[in-house]
Amino acid sequence: MIALILRDLRLAVRSGGGFGLGLAFFLLVAVLVPLGVGPEPATLAKIAPGILWVGALLSCLLSLDRIFALDFEDGSLDLLATAPMPLEGVVAAKTLAHWLVTGLPLTLVAPVLAVLLNLPAQGYLWLVASLALGTPALSMIGVFGASLTVGLKRGGLLLSLLVLPLYVPTLIFGAEAVRRGAMGMAAGTPLLLMAGITAGSLALLPFAAAAAIRVNLR
Amino acid sequence: MMPALGKYAGVVLGAYGLSLALIVVLILATLWRGAKTRQALREVEDRQGKTHG
Amino acid sequence: MSIWEYANPKKFMETSGKVLPWVAIPAAVLCAVGLIWGFFFTPEAENFGSTVKIIYLHVPAAMMAINVWLMMLVTSLVWIVRRHHVSALAAKAAAPIGLTMTLVALVTGALWGQPMWGTWWAWDPRLTSFLILTLFYLGYMALWAAVEEPDTAADLTGVLCIVGSVFALLSRYAVNFWNQGLHQGASLSLDARENVADVYWVPLVICIAGFVLMFVTLVLLRTRTEIRARRLSALLARERMA
Repeated sequence: MIALILRDLRLAVRSGGGFGLGLAFFLLVAVLVPLGVGPEPATLAKIAPGILWVGALLSCLLSLDRIFALDFEDGSLDLLATAPMPLEGVVAAKTLAHWLVTGLPLTLVAPVLAVLLNLPAQGYLWLVASLALGTPALSMIGVFGASLTVGLKRGGLLLSLLVLPLYVPTLIFGAEAVRRGAMGMAAGTPLLLMAGITAGSLALLPFAAAAAIRVNLR
Repeated sequence: MMPALGKYAGVVLGAYGLSLALIVVLILATLWRGAKTRQALREVEDRQGKTHG
Repeated sequence: MSIWEYANPKKFMETSGKVLPWVAIPAAVLCAVGLIWGFFFTPEAENFGSTVKIIYLHVPAAMMAINVWLMMLVTSLVWIVRRHHVSALAAKAAAPIGLTMTLVALVTGALWGQPMWGTWWAWDPRLTSFLILTLFYLGYMALWAAVEEPDTAADLTGVLCIVGSVFALLSRYAVNFWNQGLHQGASLSLDARENVADVYWVPLVICIAGFVLMFVTLVLLRTRTEIRARRLSALLARERMA
């Protein structure tokens, strides 16, 4: 399982693409939004939590269709499915690898971008905490979506249509936590609810994703 | 015949019109596709002699 | 004699063919009576004016939008657990009906909201949940359309329906948490009639019954079409083989 994670990480770093692209996209969102809505600090401070969360979510979405596509094409997914490791474990390893190359960097970069968007000082802690707790759910749900569309030729757009509605609860609670934190209100409740969604997704979705992959490989 | 709808006439008639249009489209689509499939199936069954199945 | 006998497509075709007129005619009659009664013969409500007449479309459509998804969840579960093809096809047949009902509820809601709340759209929890439900229907139908092999498509959409149900429910509560709304609470429940006066209640119940039967009629028709389409493609495949 560790070998699989390391392999995925190595592939991601070597191909360069997915790793940097997501971050670059996140940066672009943070740059384009002020250009679109105007530079007033008060406006930006108000919308910063939402922009950062939507940006993180979209950059997460970018790399999803690559999770299984390459393995499916070169046949290594068939090998993984017949390997002694349960497919659920493969899915979990894939999720962790995806999170390490997208969710984690996004979380680390977010405070820097928050400066650009003039996020109030007390919001930074909540921003990092909510992204750290929420991006695993984004990866897990994304892996589930990718496993549904793994056999399809042009699954990219369909994947977004399937995954984005599933992102709704995480987005709402995550952005709400940051917004409350930034306004100096208690933000613990949404953060805990989001952590609950993350925990639930991580516990149950590997089974659904593995079932979907088995169907697709049949 | 027509009830007096007052100042909201446009809204009420619009709601009824649009909803009924949506539902009628759904029903027509259902019937149309049903008829098409049924006819295609009958053709193929006749062609194949309709003995198996 | 058990309910599972209807899982046999042939048996289902026979029975549904016999049942259809007995559902379709009452559906048409109830819808017509309810809507005509509601539209022509109910008084205006005090604070709604004539817009109260929209309720006869809005409430039944909204109820059906949710119940159709529930029906799809049940049939998906039956398909995944017991592998009855009719069940999977019924779920497929129901989705476009659910989508239409969601759209009807949204359109009538927008037209009702404009004079009452002064806006076509508000990010109110109920409205937002319905918009999200629309997205779920679209995704479900898109997945059915995208996968070519029918059994694979049935399996994948079944999994999506189950996972989607959980997330749709979560979204509902998340959205509630996110914004308190303008929309009034449930105007109708079985134990409490006091929310709606009798003049409106009777035609509304007729409309709801009409919509339910209309849904049953359409699902039967569409499932029959799906079964025929499946048989057609099987016959054509055999023809190509020969």
